[in-house]
This record gives sequence, structure tokens and C-alpha cells, in this order.
Amino acid sequence: MLSIGIDAGSLTTKAVLMEESKVLSRALVHSSTRNAAVAAIDECLAKAGLKAGDVLAIVATGIGRNEVAQATGHATEIICDARGAVQALPDARTVMDLGAESSRLIRCDSSGRVTDFVLNDKCAAGTGVFMDAMSKALRVPMPDMGELSLKSTQDVNITSMCVVFAESEVVSQIHRKVAKEDILSGIHKSIATRLYGMLNRVGNEKQVVAVGGLARNIGVIKWIRELAGTEVLVPEYPEYAGAVGAALIAADRNKS
Amino acid sequence: MKANYGYQDGSGEYYIAIDTDLCNGCGKCAATCPKGIFQVTPDDYDKDVARVRESLTRSIGMLCPGYERCRSRGPNCHSVCPTNAIEHSW
Amino acid sequence: MKTAGVDVGSLAGKALILEDGRILSWGLVPTGPDSAETATEAMDAALKQAGLTLGDIEFIVSTGYGRVVVPFAHKNITEISCHAKGSNYFFPGVRTILDMGGQDCKAIRCDGTGKVVNFAMNDKCAAGAGRSMEVMADLLQIPLVDIGPRSLNVEKGEVSVSSTCTVFAKSEVLAHLRQGAPTNDILAGLCAALATRVYGLLKRVGIEPEFVISGGIAKNVGVVARVEQKVGLKASICFEPQIVGALGAAIFARETLLKQQKKPVTA
Repeated sequence: MLSIGIDAGSLTTKAVLMEESKVLSRALVHSSTRNAAVAAIDECLAKAGLKAGDVLAIVATGIGRNEVAQATGHATEIICDARGAVQALPDARTVMDLGAESSRLIRCDSSGRVTDFVLNDKCAAGTGVFMDAMSKALRVPMPDMGELSLKSTQDVNITSMCVVFAESEVVSQIHRKVAKEDILSGIHKSIATRLYGMLNRVGNEKQVVAVGGLARNIGVIKWIRELAGTEVLVPEYPEYAGAVGAALIAADRNKS
Repeated sequence: MKANYGYQDGSGEYYIAIDTDLCNGCGKCAATCPKGIFQVTPDDYDKDVARVRESLTRSIGMLCPGYERCRSRGPNCHSVCPTNAIEHSW
Repeated sequence: MKTAGVDVGSLAGKALILEDGRILSWGLVPTGPDSAETATEAMDAALKQAGLTLGDIEFIVSTGYGRVVVPFAHKNITEISCHAKGSNYFFPGVRTILDMGGQDCKAIRCDGTGKVVNFAMNDKCAAGAGRSMEVMADLLQIPLVDIGPRSLNVEKGEVSVSSTCTVFAKSEVLAHLRQGAPTNDILAGLCAALATRVYGLLKRVGIEPEFVISGGIAKNVGVVARVEQKVGLKASICFEPQIVGALGAAIFARETLLKQQKKPVTA
């Protein structure tokens, strides 16, 4: 049974094509592209050698889910993230979704069913937006931020939890000629503090799994580990967890 | 005086209020809070009272899980305060 | 008796000299990287104005975010208390104060002597401070001082900006511009949103007349008008809202000295 899950996020749109619980193909398209969802789905189908009519079960999630014309159903990011995380790492019980403009902390059981959650989609702190603003202020490309931060030798504290104020703090640190890797470490600690706060709210149960685009940043993961005092696992292709969950839900709904 | 420490941002309102007229400066809250949020210092009128540490007022929503959640996990600032001087907005 | 108050803020350093309970002079300088230096510069400006030297001042209180590093201060007191004292000087009937600068926003309730009975401050989120207006002024490429007056000149209708977060609000504003919304209408929406946030802070401490607004925000007529509407009271604003903290500090200095000399502190 084939199914497609599509995660229409604020920055990127992700699609996966699955057969039962096996991923056949993936595609990622910038959400600002015209008809991003269509493009992502078409790419997935093409990679697997299939055509549009071959797959009938399509569930959409993410902030743009209601605009995905081909969707046969919708689901929230919360339940999709949990399903997708447990699929990738069966021991996942606490899921941290680190997205571009929002972050979620989810507790789930062994079948990926949600038992508790906390959502932040109103404050840019702790999201990719924060990272992006800092990347511009420091003139360090986003993919390099995490690794460079690990080279820090001195503790630098960014005391502001707000993106706007933190930006000014970073600018004044730059003026004072503080080393980039040290400032970066402070920035990553700040984001991790925000996320740790959410983790604190729902409580953490092993295994803690991080998904979403920002989970690829090893600097953030390192700081969450340190602040929470717990291991944080990152599956392969963390940004597709939501789409995988959506595809699994699509298959479920089609059977019943 | 009622001192409200904390902030409001897009995700909510997080304020811990301490009534300094009721507070007797015993410091039990500071000793009990698992996150070390409180400290006892002289206020502007030279009375020793509890307050949220100045360095933590901007991250209080991230450190303190809120009244209900903390209460369910064990002794907290409210349960040990002899004069009921502390209030949480979440 | 001559006393002085020094208020080192994040954007400006202020110093004020009080002689026998009346304002003698004050100085206002931009805050530099060194708070102690800023304090000294502000103090020097005030002394020069009055034709005095530091030795002529009998007691100095410092306040503001840089208060602990002022080398020549005898005592430091929080800006909350100093703002209440200073506002009480200009408006003895004040019971509720809203003070908003670039970095923070404070709501203060005080009694007839200017003593604080309740306060709440928000310095975590740019959306609740003057900074949010600076960000928008920059985004829309208009001078900060124009925001207030333009926001009162609505063309088609106030445009609602729902995001609390300044960063997300920026995207909303850009979307509105693309859809052809007039800038004045967007400014109206932004001022309304800020007024709503401020009102939330004021409700936390409770509102009672007389209502005073101080800090940089007092100069934004668009926000002031909307806050007055929500609060249901006219706001009293002194002629120079920025010196209120330093004034309060100078008054505290006077009261402390009088107490030390065992003289009565006249209201």
C-alpha cells in the first residue's frame, strides 16, 4: 500500500513516498516556490518511477496543509512528528521538533500516540528564525554554525531570550572583538535554553529524539544534552519526520 | 509592595509575584526551588525580602514549569512559604 | 542641601541636581560602552549647568541598568522606585505610572508619597518595548518620530497586526504592504497592538488615577492616544520624560540624608 506524506512548513515543504513503513523516495522544496507541494509530490513520484494517479492516500501537515490541493486528508504536526519519530527510532518517547518558525515538545507512547505536548509558534526565540538572524549578524553560513560553535574555548552568555535584543548583544560582542566561535556557542546555548524550558514543561522520558531542520545543528543538540543532562538522539533525515508521520497516517486511514 | 518578576512574550504571560509586605525574608523558597530561582536581598527600602534573581527574570518561563506542574512534582516555593507571599501567573 | 541622582540607561545617561528639594540642573548624554564613564559625563554636564563641582553635592544615588558601577554614588536604588518618586514630584496625585523605553516597559502603582505598592516589568520581549517601533520604522523606512502622528491619520482603516513577536510581525507588515495597504493604516495597527500589550501589563498592577506616562514612548502620540482610550484616563506627561528616573534618585538622596541627620522628611 503506497502513501504520501507532505509537510508544508513555513520555510520548506517536504514530501515522502512510502510503501507500508518503508520510505521509497523523499523530496524537499522551498515553500516560497510556486506550487511547492505539487513540485515536492511530483519529485517523489518521479524518483520512484510512478505517476500522479498511482498513489491515492495523501495526508498533508504543516502550516500550509490546508492549501495542498491533492491531499485526501490532513493531520497536525504534533501527531505526525510523534509517528515519524517512533518510526525512525522505536524507543522515542519525547520528541523535540525544531522548526524554522515554531518548536514543539511532544510526549508519546511506543506506538507514536501523543500523550502531552507544548507548542511555541508565537515567539521567534528557540526557532530557526533566531539562528537565521544570527547567521546574518555574524556572516557565518547556516550549515557551518553548529560545527563552528563547538570550537569555542570561552563561555559567552547571550542574556537576551528575544531575537531582536540578542541581535544587538551579538553586534556589541562583535565590536568588542569576541571570537566568533565563542559568540556562536552563546547563541546555541540561548536557543537550547528556550527548548530546554519546553522540555522541562512536559518532562523528559527516554529516549529524547530531536527532529526538524534545526536538529541537524550539532551545536544546539550539544547544548540541549548539557542543559537537560540526557542523551538526545537525531534520526537520519530529521526534517522529514513530520512527512513520514503523515504518510503513515495516510496509510492507516486508507485501511480503515 | 507586590513585585511582579517575569515577562510576557508571544507564548504567554510568565510572572511570579512576591508580596514584600508579607515576606519575612526566611529564605525557604530560595532553599526549596529546584531551579534556584529565588534569592533574598535587601530591597529599595532596606528590608530583606525574596525576589527572583535579576539574571533569571527573562528566562523564568523556561526554568519554572508553572505552579501546577511544579506542585505535582514535590515541595515548591508555595508549599514552604510561611506567609503565602508568592503567586504564579501560570 | 544639594543632592544628585544619576540614571544610567541603555540608551542615555541622565544626571540631575536637586537643591533643597527643587531641580537646579540636569545633564543628558548618550550611553557609551562604559557605564561608569557615561555616568561621569552626565554628572559633569549637570554640574557645569549649575556652576558646581562634585564636592558640592552631599549625597548621590544612582539608578538604571548601570547603577552598580557608578563610582561616585553613595547608594543605588532600582529604577522602579526612582520612577515612582520622580513622577510624584511632577504629579503629586499620581497613582499609576507607565514607563516605556527602548528595552523595557514598566507598570508601577504608587501611593501619595511616591512609594511603590505594586510593579511589573517586561524587559524580555522586544514587542513590549520601544524597540519594536524602531524595528518597524527601519522596515518601513520612515523616521521614528513620524510613527505617532501618521498612525492617527488613518486612510482606509486600521490594519490588524496579529503577531505578537516583532520578528513575525515584520513578515505580516510586508505582506500587508504587498497587498497595497496604506502605510498609515499599518502604523495604526502597530500602535494599537503595542497599546494592547501595554494595557495587559497595566492591568496586572491595577489602574488608578492619576495616570502618568514617562520614557521615550511618551513622545509617541499614536500609542499614548490608544493607551488612554483603553485605560479610560487621560495621561499626564511631564515636560521631559527622560529625567524622571534621575530626579527620583536625587529625591531619594535627599530623603536618605535628612534621615541620617535626623531631620523630618517633608512631603
